Amino acid sequence: MRSLIDILELSLEEIDQLIATAEDIIAHPEKYRESCKYKKLATLFFEPSTRTRLSFEAAMHELGGQVLSVSSAGSSSAAKGESIADTAKTVSCYADIIAMRHPKEGAPMVAAMNASIPVINAGDGGHNHPTQTLADLLTIWREKGRFTGLTIGLCGDLKFGRTVHSLIAAMARYTGNKFVLISPEELKLPSYVKKDILQKNGIEYVQTTDLESALPALDVLYMTRVQQERFFNEEDYLRLKDSYILTPEKLEKANKDLKILHPLPRVNEISVGVDADPRACYFKQVLNGKYMRMALILKLLEVEV
Amino acid sequence: MKIDSIINGIVIDHISAGNAMKLYRLLKLDTLDCSVAIIQNVNSNKMGKKDIIKIDADVDLKMDIIGYVDPNATVDIIRDGVLAEKRSIALPEKLQDVIFCKNPRCITTTEQELPHIFKLTDRENRIYRCIYCETKK
Repeated sequence: MRSLIDILELSLEEIDQLIATAEDIIAHPEKYRESCKYKKLATLFFEPSTRTRLSFEAAMHELGGQVLSVSSAGSSSAAKGESIADTAKTVSCYADIIAMRHPKEGAPMVAAMNASIPVINAGDGGHNHPTQTLADLLTIWREKGRFTGLTIGLCGDLKFGRTVHSLIAAMARYTGNKFVLISPEELKLPSYVKKDILQKNGIEYVQTTDLESALPALDVLYMTRVQQERFFNEEDYLRLKDSYILTPEKLEKANKDLKILHPLPRVNEISVGVDADPRACYFKQVLNGKYMRMALILKLLEVEV
Repeated sequence: MKIDSIINGIVIDHISAGNAMKLYRLLKLDTLDCSVAIIQNVNSNKMGKKDIIKIDADVDLKMDIIGYVDPNATVDIIRDGVLAEKRSIALPEKLQDVIFCKNPRCITTTEQELPHIFKLTDRENRIYRCIYCETKK
């Protein structure tokens, strides 16, 4: 029985296998329609989420399985003071696999330590969000055709953005990638990510506050939202929320083969005018997320198709 | 200054000057009912200054705590007034309920009975991280 808490728990070979499964699901969806028949996914979401929860639920439905859902802490036993460990043990009696989102960092790990079924981390505070990274990886793969030799720009909230940390960790394992870290001073990538991932592995990176001057060199631009829920102080949020807004005018200087990703939801950091640009991939990324979650559920449930 | 030799007990020697009180607290030596001597700033040829703790009983010490606070310390077991055993000290791979996570976003802040576990992630720089949220101690 295996869980997925951090993207680095998957080897490069396993990521290749998941991508191959996702590509096969895209090509032959009918093969998978009953692959998880009689299996149940419990989605335990203790923090607001629309797309991740719906993506997991759609993934399980498309595999022919069923879904049990808790959509907020207020409507669960957590409101009565139940521990994560007890919740995990209880849900293990009802379901075959758990997808958990929780505002506290490490909560899905605690669930995995106590559950008797696989647990997928669907986001724990500002810490990890491995299935978003799987969606990002499938999008990069399908749009660029490779994971090597890419110049990847990450823009916005690089401090609290869990998807940014996970994507850097995942892409740093492939050769020849360079990172351009674009953020205001207050939202720079944490030093431990720079030190433990980039510097330790001798990976080239630059830090800048200027999106426009960084754009022409990029193969991939990963935009992020400044997340209000990560701030203890509203003043800081209001001051930083409009730091970077990608517009069609700014994109005129960008590479024709640039691919623009965003984990969504967006607020205003990508203007709606960019959506029609063929370089915009963020809605494809949403769809890719569902396929990768389907592939992951199959893998963790050890279902062969 | 003279402290009597011990007949049966433990001497934690070669503690870096200033670390004895930290060890005393973390090892909970205040809960012992035997004599405990803390000797600070002792002249040392090798270290310049060092601290020593003498415990007048052969108690069960958590070696991982000593290894975490000061991996260069030595632990001598004294029986019948002579050195009977030298216990090895090393930087422990894991610490449980020795240090506590201070990250307000960590799950340990709300799950009261959860053990606080830290793993050694960088031996060279002696960096421990919380296994749940990866915050550095």
